[in-house]
Amino acid sequence: MRGIISWGAYLPYRRLDRSQISAFIGQGGGRGTRTVASFDEDTTTMGVEAARLALRGIDPSTHSGPDALMFGTALPAYADRTNATAIHAALRLPASVPAFDMGSSVGSATGALRMGLSTIGDRLIVLSDMRTGLAGSADESAGGDGAAAFVIGEGDAVVAEYLGGANITEEFLDRWRSPGEIRSKVWDDKFSEITYVKAGRRAYADALAAAGLEAGQVDLLAVAAPTARIGSALAGKLGAVKVVDDLTATVGATGAAQPGLLLANALEQAEPGQTIGLVVCADGAEVMFLRTTDAIAGAAPARSIADQLAGGAPLAYGRFLSWRGMIDVEPPRRPEPARPSGTASARSGDWKFGFVGSRDTTDGMVFMPPSRVSFDGSRTDEMEASPMADVVGTIATFTVDRLAYSPSPPIVFAVVDFDGGGRLPIELTDTDADEVAIGGRVEMTFRRLFTADGIHNYFWKGKLIRG
Amino acid sequence: MASHGIRDRVAIVGMGCTPFIENWGKGLDDLMIDAANDAYASAGVSKDDIDAYWFGTAQSAMSGIPLARALQLQNKPVTRVENYCATGSEALRQAAYAVASGAYDLVMVVGAEKVKDTGYQGLNAFPIANDGTARTLTAAAMFSMIVPAYGHKYGVDDDTMRSVLTHIAAKNHYNGARNSRAQFRKEISAEQIEKAPKMAGTLGVFDCAGVADGSAAAIVCRAEDAHKYTDSPIYVKALSFVAGNGSGLIDPSYDYTTFPEIAACAVDAYAQAGVTDARSQVAMAEVHDCFTPTELVLMEDLQFSERGTAWQDVLDGLFDLDGALPVNPDGGLKSFGHPVGASGLRMMFEAFLQLRGEAPEERTISSLAAGRKLALTHNLGGYPGEMVSFISLLGAELD
Repeated sequence: MRGIISWGAYLPYRRLDRSQISAFIGQGGGRGTRTVASFDEDTTTMGVEAARLALRGIDPSTHSGPDALMFGTALPAYADRTNATAIHAALRLPASVPAFDMGSSVGSATGALRMGLSTIGDRLIVLSDMRTGLAGSADESAGGDGAAAFVIGEGDAVVAEYLGGANITEEFLDRWRSPGEIRSKVWDDKFSEITYVKAGRRAYADALAAAGLEAGQVDLLAVAAPTARIGSALAGKLGAVKVVDDLTATVGATGAAQPGLLLANALEQAEPGQTIGLVVCADGAEVMFLRTTDAIAGAAPARSIADQLAGGAPLAYGRFLSWRGMIDVEPPRRPEPARPSGTASARSGDWKFGFVGSRDTTDGMVFMPPSRVSFDGSRTDEMEASPMADVVGTIATFTVDRLAYSPSPPIVFAVVDFDGGGRLPIELTDTDADEVAIGGRVEMTFRRLFTADGIHNYFWKGKLIRG
Repeated sequence: MASHGIRDRVAIVGMGCTPFIENWGKGLDDLMIDAANDAYASAGVSKDDIDAYWFGTAQSAMSGIPLARALQLQNKPVTRVENYCATGSEALRQAAYAVASGAYDLVMVVGAEKVKDTGYQGLNAFPIANDGTARTLTAAAMFSMIVPAYGHKYGVDDDTMRSVLTHIAAKNHYNGARNSRAQFRKEISAEQIEKAPKMAGTLGVFDCAGVADGSAAAIVCRAEDAHKYTDSPIYVKALSFVAGNGSGLIDPSYDYTTFPEIAACAVDAYAQAGVTDARSQVAMAEVHDCFTPTELVLMEDLQFSERGTAWQDVLDGLFDLDGALPVNPDGGLKSFGHPVGASGLRMMFEAFLQLRGEAPEERTISSLAAGRKLALTHNLGGYPGEMVSFISLLGAELD
């Protein structure tokens, strides 16, 4: 039996109320909200967060971890170098596990999921995207940001078995964007809708046949499409028992992440023995069928989509525009940070990407960053690795820096004491100045601190644990 | 292991100090020339009489050459010194040891910083190639973390903490208003201080040191030679230095209500000088008030106040200009300004003036007349949890 062993979905903390858009700029907008990646997030960092959740769902006593990582996004942080390697490093996967980018399009990212399900081996599939667009555009309003990850493999731990699927490939102009631009263009909505509905129905019929299913046996259907209108037009023609929420009212259409987020949403609602259909409209149509096993009960990730939908906080449209680089905001009159050193970053990779400190094997003292020498200076190289990314901590003291350089001032900063030992003064993110207090609880999150000379400076920040 | 000190073996016989201001019209060379010439005149010596030079600058220049070139020194040894914001003090420490060793008879220390040519606010460290994981907070933010921690630990409510910090800022501005060399020469009301724009945490503009250009210089000789140059030499009683190992950044037991490097430095300095009760023996202190909460905590680390009580001593006026133990009678970093490489020597300049009875009448302290004999200068660099500390004790009399 091959299928999904665990999954994780990540929605960024900030929400843009679409009604703010037309109020500000006189056009665009709509009802509901969309998710917004923070100024310090990109598709790589969101992919890390989703993958961390997914990996938490595997049982290390029976599963040795993925033997390949495949990362799909339509908005890669880098060109001409692999983005999946940063995810690989943040997850501390063994060097012998390859990491590949699949992209840069929704269809190709979906292919990562399909190939994961239909081939062999233990795969970690990470799908992540940010939907960009000009101010007042449909993409800006209807798009969303997020990521999803799936551990795929064989055996009794499978929570949703892959039953089969089908693909119809179409070369036609739906959406397109030149590399480096923020605006995708669309040829004609109606042309896209007609083309996708046709391709989707054909792929669906092929996939039903491949999986040996009748349309009425599909309990939960998820349809990922460039627009909610295309998705609902197609979903209504496929005859499933229930169509799961496409999340467009709350999250938005999240591009390459959308197939993953909708599949995760279906898995979170599914009971044992239910058949799930996933349809993706992207340069043709992709259809996959899965059936949940008894192991689905209790398999939901520690942080569900429903939890994250309930936990977001509003973001003002002006701040959204500055985060997206659509308006330049006067920075503090301080020097911008220098580019991080490639060689220094390579030497400290376990710390910088993996957030691994060192622990003194004699007295247990934890060092962040790692130290070779003991706290009292008496011993050298008597340390073991101390992974801290999944350790939570408590705020010892804090401040708000209104003068320091930040892509989005002010900086909220705290001295964090980690449970079980270790202290680090570190920037907090997704945390407002008036929320921070001594005693507050903090978890770690992988972020992009800044970009200098085209180099994305990835490291970890703290994030307030709420509720 | 020992710290023997060089009590009464070395004397300062001449000093100079430029005004500390945003000096758009003068460059580093001009500032160094002005301070050095003042110091030569103060000691009554000529350039050729000086055997060796120590040049402290944090990041306005590199090597000894900028000083040698500015002063046109002829084949003299010039050592450039850097140790964060304690650079000027460290330069004097090295020069004093060279004299005490017998290697030279008469040496000069010049500290200088040209801060205001960068176009940025505040002080900015020269970037060293790194892996991009080091924090990038301002000093104001790092020191602002003391405020909630101190209040929390000692049960001082937010309003009272604010009053304590305001008192420190107002005191230092009051003193600076009486100092012709100070950057800010206006008294500032409590209301102005508390309504100022916030920079970091609860710290407003008036909780932060001024950033200025400036230079200060000192001429040092062996104590037995001091009266060749002046009738009123100032003797070095103690020079102590601690470079922290950054333990506060990683040690959960560090609570941001003290600077352990400074507490340790004080113990060493008092031992060198034979001080047994700093609160009653020290006549005045020039301390590193980079931010108002820094001065608060220093009062405890320097043993002027018991732990958890400095806030009360501040409010009681103990450290005011007319108090029993005046702190920063020249206005401190707060209103004198902070040209990094010069600040440590500027502190000694005020001690030099006060101990010699040369401070202007309107800021002459009364504690010396009351029988106290020692002036303390304290200079730090870095941040809570990771700092360097310097302390000197100076006196007008040999023990």
